[in-house]
Amino acid sequence: MKTPSSAPAVRSAPPFPRWAPWLFAAPWLLVFGTFVAWPLVRSLMLSFMQTFGPGTTTYVGWDNFRYLFHDPLFYRALWNTFLFTLGSVFIQLPIALALALLLNRPTLRGRSVYRLLFFLPSLVGLVFAGVLVAIMFEKRTGLVDAGLHAVFTRWDPDFPWLEQYVMPSLIIAGVWLYAGFNMVYFLAALQHVSSELLDAAAIDGAGPWQRFWHVTLPEIRPVAGLVVLLSVAGSFQLFELPYIMFNTTGNPAGPDNSALTVVMYLYQMGFMSGDLGYASAIGWVLAVLLMGLAALQRWLARREEY
Amino acid sequence: MNHPPGSSPASRRTGRLLAAGALVHGLLLACVAVTLVPFFWLVTSALKNKTDFFASVFLPRGPGLFGVAWDRLTLENFHRLFAELPMLRAIINSFFLSASLSLVATLFCAMGGYALAKYPFRGRRTLTACVLAAAIIPPSLLLAPGFELIWHLGLLDTYAGFLLPGLAPAFGVFLFRQAMLNSVPAELIESARLDGCGEVRIFFELVLPLVRPMVGAFIILSFLGTWNNFIGPQLILQSVDHHPLAVAINNLRGVYGTDYGLVLSGTLVSIAPIMALFLLLQREFITGLTAGAVKA
Repeated sequence: MKTPSSAPAVRSAPPFPRWAPWLFAAPWLLVFGTFVAWPLVRSLMLSFMQTFGPGTTTYVGWDNFRYLFHDPLFYRALWNTFLFTLGSVFIQLPIALALALLLNRPTLRGRSVYRLLFFLPSLVGLVFAGVLVAIMFEKRTGLVDAGLHAVFTRWDPDFPWLEQYVMPSLIIAGVWLYAGFNMVYFLAALQHVSSELLDAAAIDGAGPWQRFWHVTLPEIRPVAGLVVLLSVAGSFQLFELPYIMFNTTGNPAGPDNSALTVVMYLYQMGFMSGDLGYASAIGWVLAVLLMGLAALQRWLARREEY
Repeated sequence: MNHPPGSSPASRRTGRLLAAGALVHGLLLACVAVTLVPFFWLVTSALKNKTDFFASVFLPRGPGLFGVAWDRLTLENFHRLFAELPMLRAIINSFFLSASLSLVATLFCAMGGYALAKYPFRGRRTLTACVLAAAIIPPSLLLAPGFELIWHLGLLDTYAGFLLPGLAPAFGVFLFRQAMLNSVPAELIESARLDGCGEVRIFFELVLPLVRPMVGAFIILSFLGTWNNFIGPQLILQSVDHHPLAVAINNLRGVYGTDYGLVLSGTLVSIAPIMALFLLLQREFITGLTAGAVKA
């Protein structure tokens, strides 16, 4: 911003009317106050209450949290969510990065077409993806078993994905849905890696792997950190995909609760059992966990700068 | 398996380069095949009758061109979808909710972002902090109190009950604030004021056109988000007449569980409009979605 202190302006611009910023901010302020700020306060209040549907609430003190920390189903949900998050970070993101590396060559023909096609699945809403994936993972009739059996004849066409391999099927679905999406970030970051640095490393005799580990990876680290954080935050909110996949089996949490996630448990507690209080307590534990992870990521990023 | 970018100094032999290029394309094409096969399977499954669904993976075999029994493909699933089920209503609901929410939310977010980016006023820092804080709240935290609030307001099972909370998402305000900080020069606004242009006119005629890429990207981002939203309409919009596709598909699967052809044709109908929009507006989609994910 220019604020000339020595030379007085020839014509000073007329000031804006004092109401102007408030007029523009008003719609957001109204929505924010009503549907974000107040519900946030209310959810804190609710987490100390028990409800039987909206309208009937009783104050229960710390009981919700006390119960939550001894609730085997909550730990089950947390564990499943954690496993899916591990899959996102250590399986999906490396695949996304590998795709980006393959695409990041100036001489590659049809790069934008590849990018477009890899991006496509991330547009499919999780409900629709859930329906599609559930039928794809059906024994024998589903695409996955039928396809694998067609390619590798020794593959068992009755491989029980939905019965016994719930987490792998969720992680595979996650890869199909979001690897191309995360690839876009990696690709953008890779395009800013200095080619002189890479050439210099090559001249010094560094092989492809060495150049990747010692030049490319450090250069894209800030973006990679962000992608990991977004992936973790997104994975922690996993709900629709498993919910829809197992909805027809009578228990959307899947066989032996192996598809139960934190947000699914929140949903079931709040809207199936009608206890908005317990649901709010789950929500707060989730929020605190996510904030902790974000703080950890920032701390790691800052520590690396020195 | 893969090569780091820019790995070939100019002196490499062209033969090796060509081989590497072929290898890269081969790998990429294999990945494309894996990415697209589910879509192809979805389309072929929707076009098959029950017997053929179980008898063949993709297209039914027969004496026709390429060894496919083309004449056995049928539109019956789609016919049933629209004749027996309130599918058309769900499509209209999805379009109505997504279009109205995305247009209004874009306007409100642009207005909020403008206030925060271009007006030095008391309370600006506090409001900006509120925007940032609101953008990182996990949405599931607000589900229970939000539902209770909508119930208290008597807005359950109304379009308003679903639309109102989504009309000004904080991350949208933040995105527009950034866009306006970057691409709207203060001098331009000041000189417009000198020329006697009113504040509202400055916003609509000067500022909005300058952030047009963000306007396009954000309309698409919120359209897609609303189209794909399940939990919101599932909780708020309870009667069948109000259901958008996301809820209708879940119900369809609940009722016609193993009628895979019908369920998959419904899924195809639900994602086809989004795919069509994407192919028309690729650039806006990619900008919008990647910008949207940076919200945290």
